[in-house]
Amino acid sequence: MIAIEGLHKGFGAKQVLRGVDLNIERGETMVIIGGSGSGKSVLIKHIIGLLFPERGKVLIDGADLCAMNDAELTAVRRRFGMLFQSAALFDSMNVWQNVGFALMQHTALSRDEVMGIAEERLKWVGLTDVLHLMPSELSGGMRKRVGLARAIAMDPEIVLYDEPTTGLDPIMADVINRLIRSVQERLGVTSVVITHDMVSAYHVADRMAMLYKGEIIEVGTPDEIRGSANAIVRQFITGSSEGPITAQ
Amino acid sequence: MSDASAQGNPLLAVPGAVGRVVLELLTEVGCISRYLFQSLREGVRPPYRPRDIFRQMEVLGVNSMPVVLITAVFTGMVLALQSYTGFKRFNAESLVGTVVALSMTRELGPVLTGLITSGRAGASIAAELGTMRVTEQIDALTTMGVSAVKYLMVPRIIAGIIMLPVLTIFADVVGIAGGYFVGVEILDANPTVYIKRTFDYLETQDIISGLIKASVFGGLIALISSYKGFTADGGAEGVGRATTGAVVLSSMAVLISNYFLTSIITG
Repeated sequence: MIAIEGLHKGFGAKQVLRGVDLNIERGETMVIIGGSGSGKSVLIKHIIGLLFPERGKVLIDGADLCAMNDAELTAVRRRFGMLFQSAALFDSMNVWQNVGFALMQHTALSRDEVMGIAEERLKWVGLTDVLHLMPSELSGGMRKRVGLARAIAMDPEIVLYDEPTTGLDPIMADVINRLIRSVQERLGVTSVVITHDMVSAYHVADRMAMLYKGEIIEVGTPDEIRGSANAIVRQFITGSSEGPITAQ
Repeated sequence: MSDASAQGNPLLAVPGAVGRVVLELLTEVGCISRYLFQSLREGVRPPYRPRDIFRQMEVLGVNSMPVVLITAVFTGMVLALQSYTGFKRFNAESLVGTVVALSMTRELGPVLTGLITSGRAGASIAAELGTMRVTEQIDALTTMGVSAVKYLMVPRIIAGIIMLPVLTIFADVVGIAGGYFVGVEILDANPTVYIKRTFDYLETQDIISGLIKASVFGGLIALISSYKGFTADGGAEGVGRATTGAVVLSSMAVLISNYFLTSIITG
């Protein structure tokens, strides 16, 4: 469903992606792991067309994002939902307006209908009685869940998760992990999760890929990754400070 | 010649620095022009967002009103005081009202309103949009298939184009009234003569030219400040830099464009 071919991207003198190749199948949850600064966020932003590569392609069902005009790109983006690392809720809107924002923009639904859908999606993520709260009144975990409700409000085909458990306590992180699985099962979506949280990665992944120095160095099921012979992968998944990966 | 060798040679250091500044400025102008064309293209396409425009008219215009009025009234007052002192030397005190009216409507009304709005509303736009950029809210808009330029920039530009002339009208009236107060109440000018001289030489063209300039200033301030907010990066420090940059660049744009607009209008 998503094919990434030879993706290169740099910012000034710093080359972040150096030829990423990755295929993500329809309906699977692909977790991309990698250390801080390995280019995970840059990669996920290419998948939804927030960034464009210097070289290489991102194909969604065979259509190249880089070759699309604005209207085509907008149409493709509407097939996506995205949960941002900081949730990225709109400060000036309350919870239901945030969750229903895309519905208000792209459908002819009435305000009450949108509010009803927002309430239903919020219940999916375990939130009730928050419709009229402002983002500033929410805890970190609640913000993430509102962000997830917003990401799935338009029944997307693909959901992208940018560090979904970063900054959360272990219990809330588990809540989010379960929600990622539950969304995948309920909606049958294709999910792409980027994280350096291995507990989360093993919990939600159908397949995993490790990004290191701008390249995918290993792809496999969680069991295959656990049993990897690659020293870099082994060091990362065990969280050891000793090995080929050095702290920068 | 490479940057390193240019830095080593003091003779090349100055032209090198000038060249870098010019390049940066041209890059900035190019990027702003790109946003301008995108705003024009997306602004004419439906859906139109009148509620967003009205909200921005309030933020940009109504909320700037008190500081614009205070600045205008004191500028009118000091203008009357200064021109009286100067004109007295050749017995032309009766022209104080004329000078205040022409100065306020043709130059000081629009330019002061533009500069104040650059500082107040320009900073507010850049800080708001810059915060939205660094907290990924602008990315979130884009991922939901909503054009950030159309949703955030276009309403602000339209509000600027509409509200700056409105603010300028108030600044003109209050500035002229301030001049009248000083001229008549403090300097004992004859009120009838002062009013007659104020309006005898004031033409509709003077007022209109000021309002046209104000309208252009409004569009420029909103465009530049939005651009600065859109391109902010690096967290809170980046938002601070964007805000300062917006105020500096939009103030410069007001002053520079003022000369060219005036030369075009006066033919």
